[in-house]
Amino acid sequence: MDTSGNKWNLIVDVANCTNCNLCVLACHDEHVGNAFPGYSEEMPKHGHKWIEIDRRERGAGPMVDVAFLPRMCQHCDDAPCMEKAENGAITKRGDGIVLIDPVKAKGQRHLVEACPYGAIWWNEEKEVPQAWTFDAHLLDDGWAEPRAVTVCATAALRSVKVDDAEMARMVREEGLEELRPDLGTGPRVWYKNLYRYSKAFIGGSVEAESGGKVDCVEGAKVTLHANGAQLAETATDVYGDFKFDRLDPDSGAYRVEIAADGHPAKSVDVTLGESTYLGEIRL
Amino acid sequence: MASLKFSLILFGLNLLLRIQAWRYPAFRERLKERDILAQLKTRDGRQGRWYRIRNGRISSGAGVRNDADVALVFKTAGLAAGLLMPPVNQLDQINALKDFNLAMEGDEDAAAWWTQTMMLTQTAGWAYGIDQGNGVTRYTSMTNGGPVFVYEKGGKIVRITPIVFDDTDPEPWTIEARGKTFTPPRKSSLAAHGQNWKSMVYSPDRLLKPLKRIDFDPGGERNPENRGKSGYEEISWDEALDIVANEIKRQKREHGPGAIAMSHGSHHTWGNIGYYLSAAFRFINAVGMTRVHHNPDSWEGWYWGAVHHWGQSLRVGQCETYGTVEDLMKESEMVVFWSSNPEGTSGAYGAFEGAIRRQWLKDLDIEVVHIDPFYNDTAQMLGGKWIAPKPTTDTALALAIAHVWIEEGLYDKEFVETKTLGFDKWKAYVTGDEDGVAKTPEWQEAETGVPAKTVRALARNWGRKKTYLGAGGWGNGHGGACRNATGIQWARVMVCLIAMQGIGKPGVNMGNLQWGTPVDANFYFPGYAEGGMSGDLHHTAMAVELYQRMPQLPSMNTNDQQIPRLQLPEAILEGKAEGYIWDGKSIEAQFNKISYPKPGYSKVHMLYKYGGSIFGTMSDTNRHVEMYRSPELEFIVNQSIWNEGEAKFADIILPACTNMERPDISEWAALGGYAHHGQTQLNHRVVVFQHKVIEPLGESKSDFRIFHELAMRLGLGAYFSEGMSELDWAKREFDASDLPKIVKWKDFIKRGYVVIPNNPEGVKDPVSWRWFYEGRKKDVPEPMPLPSDYTEEYLKGLQTQSGLIEFECQSLKRYDPDDTERPPIVKYNPAHEGPSNPDLAARYPIQLITPHPRFSFHTQGDGKDTFLNDIEDHRVPVDGRYYWTLRIGAADAAARGIGHHDLVKVYNDRGAVICAAHVTHRLAAGVAHGYESCAVYEPAGEIGNSVDLGGCLNQLTPPRSQLKKGHSMGSSAAMVEMELWDGSPEIDRAPSEPDTAVFTPESAAEPVPAE
Repeated sequence: MDTSGNKWNLIVDVANCTNCNLCVLACHDEHVGNAFPGYSEEMPKHGHKWIEIDRRERGAGPMVDVAFLPRMCQHCDDAPCMEKAENGAITKRGDGIVLIDPVKAKGQRHLVEACPYGAIWWNEEKEVPQAWTFDAHLLDDGWAEPRAVTVCATAALRSVKVDDAEMARMVREEGLEELRPDLGTGPRVWYKNLYRYSKAFIGGSVEAESGGKVDCVEGAKVTLHANGAQLAETATDVYGDFKFDRLDPDSGAYRVEIAADGHPAKSVDVTLGESTYLGEIRL
Repeated sequence: MASLKFSLILFGLNLLLRIQAWRYPAFRERLKERDILAQLKTRDGRQGRWYRIRNGRISSGAGVRNDADVALVFKTAGLAAGLLMPPVNQLDQINALKDFNLAMEGDEDAAAWWTQTMMLTQTAGWAYGIDQGNGVTRYTSMTNGGPVFVYEKGGKIVRITPIVFDDTDPEPWTIEARGKTFTPPRKSSLAAHGQNWKSMVYSPDRLLKPLKRIDFDPGGERNPENRGKSGYEEISWDEALDIVANEIKRQKREHGPGAIAMSHGSHHTWGNIGYYLSAAFRFINAVGMTRVHHNPDSWEGWYWGAVHHWGQSLRVGQCETYGTVEDLMKESEMVVFWSSNPEGTSGAYGAFEGAIRRQWLKDLDIEVVHIDPFYNDTAQMLGGKWIAPKPTTDTALALAIAHVWIEEGLYDKEFVETKTLGFDKWKAYVTGDEDGVAKTPEWQEAETGVPAKTVRALARNWGRKKTYLGAGGWGNGHGGACRNATGIQWARVMVCLIAMQGIGKPGVNMGNLQWGTPVDANFYFPGYAEGGMSGDLHHTAMAVELYQRMPQLPSMNTNDQQIPRLQLPEAILEGKAEGYIWDGKSIEAQFNKISYPKPGYSKVHMLYKYGGSIFGTMSDTNRHVEMYRSPELEFIVNQSIWNEGEAKFADIILPACTNMERPDISEWAALGGYAHHGQTQLNHRVVVFQHKVIEPLGESKSDFRIFHELAMRLGLGAYFSEGMSELDWAKREFDASDLPKIVKWKDFIKRGYVVIPNNPEGVKDPVSWRWFYEGRKKDVPEPMPLPSDYTEEYLKGLQTQSGLIEFECQSLKRYDPDDTERPPIVKYNPAHEGPSNPDLAARYPIQLITPHPRFSFHTQGDGKDTFLNDIEDHRVPVDGRYYWTLRIGAADAAARGIGHHDLVKVYNDRGAVICAAHVTHRLAAGVAHGYESCAVYEPAGEIGNSVDLGGCLNQLTPPRSQLKKGHSMGSSAAMVEMELWDGSPEIDRAPSEPDTAVFTPESAAEPVPAE
């Protein structure tokens, strides 16, 4: 029994995820065809994604970016599934891991709906709800980390076993966020660079004509305004491109003002829904 | 004295047999397999000893008996003593065979069993794997996607993981750059298809028993037209092998040499002994078969094009890459990824080793640009500027960059002056002095769709910054645009651009951090292309080093007939084919023409096919479907692990096992040959003993064993195996390498892997091209070009006639200066199947690009009901079937009413394929993107003439060679149309406009007057 008080947490860096699917495949490899009594039943070969990768394409060509967000059981401290579980089928371990007992949970299909993260899956054949176990069976056997973390080649996944105070410090210092803070479930999965998935940008390309040729305008001063106040300032790069990121989607009216030496100032109004590429802006 | 020694050794063998039987149950079981009387003797019959095994018991006596089943005959007792005295000297053994000092008498089968039993006395006690407790053993294996631990329990694979190094493994290298220190993690990485292996081993599509097509009767009606249609019945191995062996004999007897063709895929399951370039080549050569000659499928443009500018023929036209990781990190300011998506192909064999390093670009604040019609996986990971030319038009974009550099003086004039030849000639073309068309950014815009201003900005930025050019997945070639119709032009112009910037200058080179790590390149372990046990000095890279280190009987195919692979269907269906050879020994070797049939040889009437990949990987593959049903092919045997692709068109199917079910040995990403020192893709060199983790499933057998059993039926068993098992061959390769210097065999096979220590502090490979830039002799550790290919002095200059980088290629001037497809200077010539072809563009307005797949490895990992089916970027389940994923631009999808994951029919005159639409903003308008290499072929109606539900997009790709005087796929961009699928099996080709003028590429580009 681990009496250290340290608990497992998973840190997902959205900026590093490339959708290689190795975590998904490692989860399949570990659980398809393998039952781990006390931890999990076999996972069906197809149709379950205990680790699932969501995606967000932002903008439009040529100013596009794409973020991938691995989503799995969040091992919440106040897990809604635990409340809904009958028969004590879901338990929170001392090390923070939430486990669905494959025997006690048999037949409790309603637990799939209980998870607001969509991370519980129904196994038709075995008639059990299932979720990513943090590979607790391996950790209890002395493994240093869950398989998804080992196989991740781009450091998008990191697992740490620390006490809550240390984790709070890491959250603060590394700017980690909960996937859905509005739910208040106290998840143990933390997201870094979540803005790449959840926020929006306004971007554009500044150009100017001279001597019959159109060229990109580098070094133009571009400012972003809303409600009459300046929110941010940036400069165009060699391609004339600028980008204001970390804006809230559907956050209303903005004005982009562009100033470049030798050109009249220009402004563009935009109402932000999803990320918006304003296209070519001719000075 | 020699006589006494011989007697003692013979007596010793008797004792050894008994001791090993007492010590090892497995050896006891072996002795129960058959009764035998074996004899070792001198040729004069005066001295010897016999050994009888009966019901598993051993008896032995001095003297020579006449009733032995098998006899090993030595010329003299002295010779015998020398050969048999441990440790056995392999070279002495081989020499004794070659000099006829040693011979084997008796029945093939008995001889093979006896010699391998004798070998087993050495190997019976070997222990494999690390006990993990609870009945679990941790073994090791090597996949094409990286090395792995394989956990086994009760004869089943539990899990497969990357290799995490422990404290006893060597420390990794570090690179200090710009005040920061970088070191890779202490574990191996793994490609998706590597992590997928458990589901591949246990796939329901595994072939577990030999099969015969039900209406194929080798002695009567063969019904070739029913191939692909009629079912199969299980038969015994003996029956299957007898049919194949008898057919081999019949073909040679009735048709003569050339009648049997062998066709293998570009890749096999990993392992240096079981690889196709090893066991299969020895077998092919021993039997004598018409080779289906491969085109350089992943390097086309580099081999047929770039090679004429800078040589590098032994690297298929790709350049050296040593030391470039450190140079890039320390010196460069920008990396241009041009048709370069290493994150999308795991560096072919390098798993995610390079991804880790490319992430460092962000830490180093090095700018990146991605030129690709697809906002590819590398762009997704790194961000940076995305520039999306229409497929096949990249050359126009590159010419415009050169135009800006020339106009604005943004290139290395001194380098161009002193290290290159013919620049003025090319410059005259670029500026328009030659043809009145200035290749300006504005000129290219009409071709590429890329705004002129963007090209100008890129050119200026590039011209002012120390920049690495990463072209293709490896950064120096491989994949990408070199595989489409203008791939030759593109690869050529890449060379011209980097030459203008002074390649070899600190921070200026070819690369994208995929190759050129500081691992120890001087430590020898053979790559797969070095041929393993093939004995083949002609068609493998064995001559480079392995042949001396691993003495073996040579093998040589006496059958000189070859079929150019891209025209295999024409060879069979029309009876003739022509092409040019892929032979890297010199620049000029590619000018050699091959014609089929070769005078004096039989046409091909039997096909020995290895695997089932062709429908997914070649071009316009409905041609291949037709070929398979031709009566010209009297017999088709397919040796395959899975029942997929064209395996389902064979008369006899021989079930091979996976490399988890047989022993082998190999190093990660050790390619050898055309990709010498492929290990420099890695952060750690890892050599693996590939354990036989589980028994072969069902009745499947290793390729080695299948070939060996066929060879025995042809009297070639002893020649093929040299009396050894594949395990013994693996030990021979270990002994041939530098491994014995750092690890004992028994420790190696138990633990299963060894990490090669890095260079000592201060020792590293020189940076590639630096020698050339600085005018010194070549100093990088590669044995190429060959000595006679230097013009003046060995190691001085390049392989080209001038020894310089040639803007105007002397080799092309000598060969065919008037070839408009491949003129001595590189020009832009629009693709015959591209947006400039008005008729095609009207009927089929979408350019479909089919790059190397991201999740599967060629056909490996795809289909077969594996885990990869669950990756929606690979396949999408719709109504219970997993459809191939086709990425479609949002605007093109909207214009056709196509929604995300709708089933679409993508089609052209060649066929139609049903895919699941993946709607995205990551594509330029008018471009669709789907991987090549689908493993599943599933016609919805008439075979070869209906929509394919499997996803073989290569049914739609152009079969035309990039070059008439070449043998070069240009298939990775095809013109297609797409629409929502109505469920019909009909292809419904778009009607052709009868009045449309005939298209000529030369007429396509609108001339723009020079300024």
